Amino acid sequence: MGGRLVRTLRISSWECDVGERKLRILVAKPGLDGHDRGAKIIARALRDAGMEVIYTGLHQTPEMIVSAAIQEDVDAIGMSIMSGAHLTLFPAVIELLRAQKAADIKVFGGGIIPDGDIPVLKQKGVSAIFTPGASTQDIVSWINQNIPNRV
Amino acid sequence: MARSRARSKPKKVKVVSRKSARAAKPLPKGKAAKSKRAAAKPAKAPKVDAGLRRWESQTLGPALAKLPTRRPAFTTDSGIPIPALATAAHRTSTEADLGFPGEYPFTRGVQPTMYRSRLWTMRQFAGFGTPADTNKRFKYLISQGVTGLSTAFDMPALMGYDADHSMSRGEVGKEGVAISTLKDFEILFEGIALDQVTTSMTINASAIVALCMYIAVAEKQGVPMAKLGGTIQNDMLKEYIAQKEWIVPPRPAVRIVVDMIEYCTKHMPKWHPVSISGYHIREAGATAVQELAFTLADGIGYVEECVKRGLKVDDFAPRLSFFWDVHNDFFEEVAKFRAARRIWAKTMKERFGAKDPRSMTLRTHAQTAGVSLTAQQPYNNVVRTSLQALAAVLGGTQSLHTNSLDETYALPTEDAVTIALRTQQLIAHESGVDRVVDPLAGSYFVEYLTDETEKRANDYIRRIDELGGIIRAVEEQYPQKEIGESAYRFQREVEQGDRLIVGVNAFKADKQTPMELLHIDERVQNEQIDRLKQVKAQRDQTKVDAALAKVEAACRGTDNLMPPVLEAVKAYATLGEVSDVFRKVWGAYREGGVF
Repeated sequence: MGGRLVRTLRISSWECDVGERKLRILVAKPGLDGHDRGAKIIARALRDAGMEVIYTGLHQTPEMIVSAAIQEDVDAIGMSIMSGAHLTLFPAVIELLRAQKAADIKVFGGGIIPDGDIPVLKQKGVSAIFTPGASTQDIVSWINQNIPNRV
Repeated sequence: MARSRARSKPKKVKVVSRKSARAAKPLPKGKAAKSKRAAAKPAKAPKVDAGLRRWESQTLGPALAKLPTRRPAFTTDSGIPIPALATAAHRTSTEADLGFPGEYPFTRGVQPTMYRSRLWTMRQFAGFGTPADTNKRFKYLISQGVTGLSTAFDMPALMGYDADHSMSRGEVGKEGVAISTLKDFEILFEGIALDQVTTSMTINASAIVALCMYIAVAEKQGVPMAKLGGTIQNDMLKEYIAQKEWIVPPRPAVRIVVDMIEYCTKHMPKWHPVSISGYHIREAGATAVQELAFTLADGIGYVEECVKRGLKVDDFAPRLSFFWDVHNDFFEEVAKFRAARRIWAKTMKERFGAKDPRSMTLRTHAQTAGVSLTAQQPYNNVVRTSLQALAAVLGGTQSLHTNSLDETYALPTEDAVTIALRTQQLIAHESGVDRVVDPLAGSYFVEYLTDETEKRANDYIRRIDELGGIIRAVEEQYPQKEIGESAYRFQREVEQGDRLIVGVNAFKADKQTPMELLHIDERVQNEQIDRLKQVKAQRDQTKVDAALAKVEAACRGTDNLMPPVLEAVKAYATLGEVSDVFRKVWGAYREGGVF
């Protein structure tokens, strides 16, 4: 894939110039819902915590998200879904990552997600789900503990 | 952003120094020095100052020495400083600014008698699953005493996609009722006489399609459009600012809105063609002042566009309506409703030369703040909603939706909706607040907050005028960035414990409350796709193609879009097909990923 080639080039340039690579996180809004307050707050909080954050903007298809994740060479994808489409859209992204041999990119998420759906999502490969009331610090800590910098 | 902060800061200091600094409370670092200086030379001495000074030195000072205030300074959620004691001296408005209910500038209410003659409309927003599911909920709500219907549409309908579009995967019927064709509307309103109810429809980018479907269903019931009462939200500017459900870019979107206002002005005298909405702006993170300012700026934008179209202000302005959020800060919310009416009245009279008092009255729907509900200890949401609903009523709303306690998890169950409706009925029939007009008028504090809210909102409106008007400001993402800042600040306050939210960062409970939730399954999507296929197989394709060609011609020209869209939906053209014409002519809108 073209995306893989871009990744290799970028990593080598970081190794030369910076020495230490920051964690790169794609914050994504899949589906049709426009509720981006949470996604933007998370994006900002992760950036303030020293990560490189790419925000996709709204109304992304799973294909667009996976393509952006590979192009941008991210370590993880954080998705926010408020529309109730989580049982469709999270698994769609994970399957596409597997199909693109990019399953090392971890997927976590949040939004309006009933407790009963969380085990289903985890079983499908979502690494963590943050529900309303989770603090941005909880999410930063979880990323620092669970997302290895892949360089 | 930086500019606006620079503008508001000195102002804040000024107010603190003139008013509350005299209360001899410790002030935050940096402000204290300036405030002391200002307090040392009182410029104007309002009439009660002597008494207030005496109280401050003889009574307040010693009391504070024994027991200081819990915080160095208090402000409203919008950051308006709250004095140690509000007095008549804090008011900056005149008696004429206050006026009488039912008269300019309508600060005290749009009706002379308010709820003494007619209670507010109890309008519960409902929509989920298939049109038949929602029709059943509508009938339940009517049986329980709601006095107006309010329709929530699903995300595909709001974004102009049919149920079978690839973008609709997993979304059909989830956040509202699924609608693709007139057939769905026929099922949605089956058995509900459309000349007996008023209906509100929360739909914007594809509002023109929904309104035409409603007109077509009514016609089938034998009800002419002139008799239809209700509201279609149709406020596109706030979509770009906050709710973010769009099809095409702002300018063509506003053109469609103006087409609808023009058409309704001529043919639907009882219909509100736009509900200028602060709700979504607030939910996206705006403060009360920002909600007020950006919403009124949107209203000004529509009036300007209608006037450019050649419409006379007094012909269309009486049909404009508004929609506020009601959040937690009780007095600030009441003040917001009052300030909103005054600003709008003055704007319509002074800026647009309106002569008809109805053009100057700001009539509003209100909804309690969804964003204030917590997933933790969800029964507390009933209490939050009650307080917010009471603020809306004391603020003089015309219509109200109360949120259900389970809405941080899912769309509400029937039981949860019933408690929400009962909350309004309790306020209306048991609390006694319905018996008096504008009961908080004359409260030193509420009048002070009303004046301050008005001033601060007007500052924002001036800033937007300087940017070249609201459409330009939206294109430059000015309101969007201001709201983003406020949302981030709020989150930080919560996380730092400066702001306590019961059950979330204080008074936490170990055990989870089990909740029964409404689930929407795949059946809905499958049923909708099947019905869509059936409709497409049965319709006259030649008629559909011809009607859609007329829609395209109107988009490319200047003819009003309502007649060709009405013809198209009557021929069973789908919501997605009409929206595709818009996308073809004007291009699909995309927002950059700025955060």
